[in-house]
Amino acid sequence: MKLTLKVWRQKSPGEKGAFVTYPMDNVNPDMSMLECLDVLNESLSARGEEPVAFEHDCREGICGSCGFMINGVAHGPERATTVCQLTMRHFKDGEELLIEPWRAYSFPLIKDLVVDRRAFDRIIAAGGYVSVSTGNAPEANGIPVGKEVADRAMDAAACIGCGACVAACPNAAAALFTGAKVAHLSVLPQGKVEANRRALAMVAQMNEEGFGNCTNIGECTGVCPKSIPLEVIARMNRDFLRASFKRREEPLATITPVYDWKEKTE
Amino acid sequence: MSTTAVNLRQSRAAAFWYSNTGKKIVMAVTGAILFIFVIGHMLGNLQIFQGPERINSYGRFLHNLGEILWAERIVLLSAVVLHIIATVQLALRNKAARPIGYSRRDAINSSYASRTMYWSGPIVLAFVIFHLLHLTAGMIVPGAAFIEGDVYHNVVSGFQVWWVSAWYILAVCLLGLHLRHGIWSMFQSVGVNHPRYMPLLKQAAMWIAAVIVLGYISIPISVLLGLVK
Amino acid sequence: MTIDSKIPSGPIEKAWEKTRFDLKLVNPANKRKHTLIVVGSGLAGASAAATLGELGYNVKCFCFQDSPRRAHSIAAQGGINAAKNYQNDGDSVYRLFYDTVKGGDFRAREANVYRLAEISVHIIDQCVAQGVPFAREYGGALTNRSFGGAQVSRTFYARGQTGQQLLLGAYQALERQVRAGTVAMYPRTEMLDLIVIDGKARGIITRHLVTGEIETHFADAVILGTGGYGNVYYLSTNAKGSNATAIWRAHKRGALFANPCFTQIHPTCIPVSGDYQSKLTLMSESLRNDGRIWVPLKKGDKRPPNEIPEAERDYYLERRYPSFGNLVPRDVASRNAKAVCDEGRGVGETGLGVYLDFSDAIARLGRHVIEERYGNLFDMYQRITDEDPYKVPMRIYPAIHYTMGGLWVDYLLQSTIPGLFVIGEANFSDHGANRLGASALMQGLSDGYFVIPYTVGNYIASNKFPKVDASHPEAQAAISCVQQITDKLLSIKGKRTVDSFHRELGKIMWDYCGMSRNAESLKTAIGQIRALREEYWQNVNVPGSDNDINQSLEKAGRVADFFELGELMCIDALQRNESCGGHFREEYQTPDGEAQRDDEHYSYVAAWGWRGQGNSPELFKEPLEFHYVHPSQRSYK
Repeated sequence: MKLTLKVWRQKSPGEKGAFVTYPMDNVNPDMSMLECLDVLNESLSARGEEPVAFEHDCREGICGSCGFMINGVAHGPERATTVCQLTMRHFKDGEELLIEPWRAYSFPLIKDLVVDRRAFDRIIAAGGYVSVSTGNAPEANGIPVGKEVADRAMDAAACIGCGACVAACPNAAAALFTGAKVAHLSVLPQGKVEANRRALAMVAQMNEEGFGNCTNIGECTGVCPKSIPLEVIARMNRDFLRASFKRREEPLATITPVYDWKEKTE
Repeated sequence: MSTTAVNLRQSRAAAFWYSNTGKKIVMAVTGAILFIFVIGHMLGNLQIFQGPERINSYGRFLHNLGEILWAERIVLLSAVVLHIIATVQLALRNKAARPIGYSRRDAINSSYASRTMYWSGPIVLAFVIFHLLHLTAGMIVPGAAFIEGDVYHNVVSGFQVWWVSAWYILAVCLLGLHLRHGIWSMFQSVGVNHPRYMPLLKQAAMWIAAVIVLGYISIPISVLLGLVK
Repeated sequence: MTIDSKIPSGPIEKAWEKTRFDLKLVNPANKRKHTLIVVGSGLAGASAAATLGELGYNVKCFCFQDSPRRAHSIAAQGGINAAKNYQNDGDSVYRLFYDTVKGGDFRAREANVYRLAEISVHIIDQCVAQGVPFAREYGGALTNRSFGGAQVSRTFYARGQTGQQLLLGAYQALERQVRAGTVAMYPRTEMLDLIVIDGKARGIITRHLVTGEIETHFADAVILGTGGYGNVYYLSTNAKGSNATAIWRAHKRGALFANPCFTQIHPTCIPVSGDYQSKLTLMSESLRNDGRIWVPLKKGDKRPPNEIPEAERDYYLERRYPSFGNLVPRDVASRNAKAVCDEGRGVGETGLGVYLDFSDAIARLGRHVIEERYGNLFDMYQRITDEDPYKVPMRIYPAIHYTMGGLWVDYLLQSTIPGLFVIGEANFSDHGANRLGASALMQGLSDGYFVIPYTVGNYIASNKFPKVDASHPEAQAAISCVQQITDKLLSIKGKRTVDSFHRELGKIMWDYCGMSRNAESLKTAIGQIRALREEYWQNVNVPGSDNDINQSLEKAGRVADFFELGELMCIDALQRNESCGGHFREEYQTPDGEAQRDDEHYSYVAAWGWRGQGNSPELFKEPLEFHYVHPSQRSYK
């Protein structure tokens, strides 16, 4: 099949970017979107041009590396599918695909379709864990966890951290990502212990990063490759509300976002 | 990432207000207050169908509440102010959160109502100001002269002017749209969401919004049709 | 050089306990004065970095991805083994140990495997405490499934995403330490060389993948948890970024490389569909619990599967292995699939595929049960192939999945370079010639959470570390070595892309050093690889520059290493004149086509030393002794 790709090309954050049109004559309907870009890149390389930079790794929809907008939709037209598993048979012969990177203040662009998502790591670092050091653990069956609770935790824990929720949100909010981790840990007895602290810390970090706010419209869950439900955001809100009233300790410190790559610790 | 510099935040209340989530909770609570008012106001207004006596005595009753009326007005006014301040601040943050927009972004999962809150809100606000000047203060007099205390006369003479009714109907429809998202959204914002009940709540939100719209617009429509004179 | 495996003497049940007591400890107050480098942030790397951070060391953790959470451990589907015996079905530490040694076809070290089995139970405790949402019974207890040819149910799982959940647990523990300031995380940073000073590993050279900067990082010990080298084959179930550069460059600095030819071919992957294919997608092995594998009896039978009557189908695994049937270990299942396809009975357009049929299971259990067990896998299959596996049988074919070989390490996971420790898939230690299902996650976490913290501490406590910096001649030499490779790759400006070379190398490896090998084909492969490498260094085209993101340049460096490693794999396969586990030499098979081991001559670990480009590598042998599990012909009949 034939397709026209209009791909956002931008050499560096400082330089101006633009869409560049690439006609593709020989697209196999069985190939994935990323394989289609591979084919494009092979031809660009062969011509001595620089290939399109895009992020990818596992190519089986679980690592969360890949992702961009296709015709205005994060990860493209198929629900619950990352671009690495999106096969070209979902497009019509002759269709034009507009390919654009995630856009958000907190996801600064690095090159072409590659953005910096370290903000997500910092949100996790702020409190997205159970504070249990290696060796602290009690016997695994010591605390029973009902099947429904475990399933609910798993539904939230399935998040792959790709950033599509932020990309699709008109407000560039990270509520679904943050809510997923809050919900995963706070429904489990293991994580409940520090649920208050976690919710306050993660929400504070989410603000510090400059993400927008959730207006409960649900675009995020629509594009989420793992269909994480909006329920997790409610969970985060509830934990935050409760924690705001209950917590006795001093206010929380947040991590200062760093977007520079030259930052050294030595 | 290797820096873990630390900024100390303010007091608990300030931190709550500073955070997006806190502001959303404020919006939910103030929204709920305004929603209750909208219901009460509608039930009061519908008494117009029971004739001039009834609605005028209801108006006198409200006026005679004295301090309680003022307390209510203060609560409502604060709710409106907080609702608006939070909205404006959040909207500015949202704008800052995406400094470079997409050349194309399609909505695939959100309702029309939810995407138009930023439009329906301010228009309803503008209407409310007009409405207060028209029927409470009597400073805008589109129809026959404003008679202090004669609610029935003021309403009917106002709505007999076609554009007053049209403006009213438009604003109420937008209010309905705002509520269709707002009613369930406030539950979400304060953390109530259950996979079994949320779909019911969303349905309910739609019906409640529809009933409110019908309840309110029945008045100007009846006036225009000459059913209420 | 003599290699000392440091296997503790005495009864195996007490070996690890005794070792732990013998290992020296570092004063808690001194720990933060010691910097440790961890390369890789998968299960092994992240768990090691987190745990060492918790202990108070000053840790620097590196990964080439944009976040440590992307490491390829995340893609493991099936589960993690542990000898908890929750199902009361006769499991024990000893049985897990026994199964793993036997499953590895008697080419693993007993002491290491025993320790792994012993630690397995603690891993589950730790992960549950971290909030890993393992599958549960209604009563709240953890549930298990049987997996990969085990006859007990000892596999813990979190839907089909066990690797993801375990990795996120380790990642969260790691981020907690980042927050605490004990771990500094360096994402988008690729290790390109090891700095060895006075015979000890003292640091690494990295390239920053965004700025292109070449940087030096120093430490008192370096821990590599950089995964396997399956991508030598180009098409594999590994992530596109998975590479051997860290271990290979460490090898060239003096670390021995053990058993490189031991690669695992996973029997249940979605077959290749075209030459654009960039990777192979694994379907969890658990599918074999309910699916039946078959091919048509007749050669070249092109009828749709549903039109082939029962009598004209060959359920070849059930026929050949009546007691294990479709649940035979991975190497056996893969080899048989290849055999029937070689006979011309393969299915699908390419003829490289066999059916995995669920119609019997659906008829017996009902569609909803199958949906509950494998729903996400079926969806994935349909997403990729556009075929509905509830109605038509799946097509599967074996693919490169895991590499049992890796850098040689002793019992303390230290390589032949003092101060260089290797953990997880990057080392060779625990799986012998074949890895059992659900054992990789176990090994990665065992090494990272529970072994390396003790053994690195011992090394730190037993050595002195004079201060070194980038001005040291060894560091300078390593920097210029790395810079030269980069400059060279960018300056060739030839006619072929990096990927075209990589594909060709992969094809050579798959054809000649894949599921079955023979002396003739291996010699051919070695010749072809050398020729291709020659061409590579003259004709590769790497566009772009070295001061920003340049994914072609990243690939080019990795592929350069794959050439050398691929050759070593063939050399190793050629040297091992026997069949064992994943290494099947056609010359050495039993009359009915099973792998024929030669314990008399080949019961050893083949550890190879680098002797410079163009020189043949030096072979060191670590003899394997079996005091507990006595080598026998593996039989799954």
